[in-house]
Amino acid sequence: MRELDAKEITDNIKEMCIEANLTLSEDMRDAIDKAERDETSPLGKRVLGQLQENLKVAKEDRIPICQDTGMAVVFIEIGQDVHINGNLEEAINEGVRLGYTEGYLRKSVVRHPLDRVNTGDNTPAIIHYSIVPGEEVKITIAPKGFGSENMSKVCMLKPADGVEGVKKAVIEAVAAAGPNACPPLVVGVGIGGTFEKCALLAKKALTRSFDKRPSDKMIKDLEDELLEKINKSGLGPAGLGGSVTALKVNIETYPTHIAGLPVAINMCCHVNRHVTRSI
Amino acid sequence: MKEYKISLPICENDIDTLQAGDYVYLTGTVYTARDAAHLRMYEAAGRGEDLPFDIKGSVIYYLGPSPAREGQVIGSAGPTTSGRMDKYTPTLLDMGLKAMIGKGRRSPEVIESMKKNGAVYFAAVGGAGALLSKCIKSAEVIAYDDLGTEAIRKLYVEDLPVITVIDREGNNLYDSV
Ligand code: SF4
Repeated sequence: MRELDAKEITDNIKEMCIEANLTLSEDMRDAIDKAERDETSPLGKRVLGQLQENLKVAKEDRIPICQDTGMAVVFIEIGQDVHINGNLEEAINEGVRLGYTEGYLRKSVVRHPLDRVNTGDNTPAIIHYSIVPGEEVKITIAPKGFGSENMSKVCMLKPADGVEGVKKAVIEAVAAAGPNACPPLVVGVGIGGTFEKCALLAKKALTRSFDKRPSDKMIKDLEDELLEKINKSGLGPAGLGGSVTALKVNIETYPTHIAGLPVAINMCCHVNRHVTRSI
Repeated sequence: MKEYKISLPICENDIDTLQAGDYVYLTGTVYTARDAAHLRMYEAAGRGEDLPFDIKGSVIYYLGPSPAREGQVIGSAGPTTSGRMDKYTPTLLDMGLKAMIGKGRRSPEVIESMKKNGAVYFAAVGGAGALLSKCIKSAEVIAYDDLGTEAIRKLYVEDLPVITVIDREGNNLYDSV
């Protein structure tokens, strides 16, 4: 049994919140560079040029890439042979609190959805725990902006709707999101499971590196086909017209019930932030 | 796509000239306000009270910045989604608001009110807040301090790059793509 101090989790989460808001992962940066090269509309190209420049300024001057530094979504996989000394949930929230206050990040969380008083430190985080074999703790921090979160959707399709129904749901969600979700988008799709499981799959899909492709050929092809269709829509960067509307479609699947075909679309903007560490 | 440099407060002539699709650099004073500040201004207007700034001829930037580090004027400072302000906007337009900077679609009611009152809607590039912050030369909280990032700030901007999305005739760049 490995002993791990909760403080170590706090320290890591603090650093990861800051890092996630100042730099994008390499696959995201490459995708934006490629988009800038491929974009056919002059205005779209100009927008993408601003996004490249923005990433440079953010890194050099330590200014968040986007002012919406998000609600902190935390995926934590805990090896079943690890014992954590201290209160894990408090340790995670403390890491978020320190990251957001000391890292000059925006506090965007209200304590109650209806009375809407800001908590002042961006807590609580949204935490997804899973227990896995081994002695490691793997943490992913994915701060999520709400311009794109608000354009996300769960559709409870019928089995008879099949893959065509899934495609239609994704294409319609992108069209409905339009300029609001800050295209070029990253589209996270969850297919299967239950109502809440497919939403979680879609969120998780956003954290998958672009060079990790699904082993299931049908899903891999579906990702490519959807990306092509979305980019033919002409919405373009910032929704001002152009050939690059999405950078990537990432799909995750899970077994489901004989009576259902749940599909969730978690919309993400070009500021698709995620940092992973194993401790 | 035409390009203009416009100084604020925006004059009637500029409002008449601008067409959906025009690229514009704005220089002058803009006020930040987003969801919570809009609600308060809307309620204040309903009670017949003065707003925290002179809304006649003004420009509102839908923005809730991240905090400034020492030595910086402001933190990251890009636009938020404008549609959430739609409920309150026609009232502000009737009171003399002349331009808005944000991102995303507006409601038919807002567009009608813009046509009636002669106003324009600009988009700044969403998710480019670090870069846009470089155009902000001064920032001062002038009202609703308790709202944190949602407080109303008076900003002086220099050559803030925006795109005219909806012009005073109601032409909408988003509809044409
Ligand atoms: S949708 Fe993304 S890029 Fe746009 S404002 Fe929100 S976090 Fe920033």
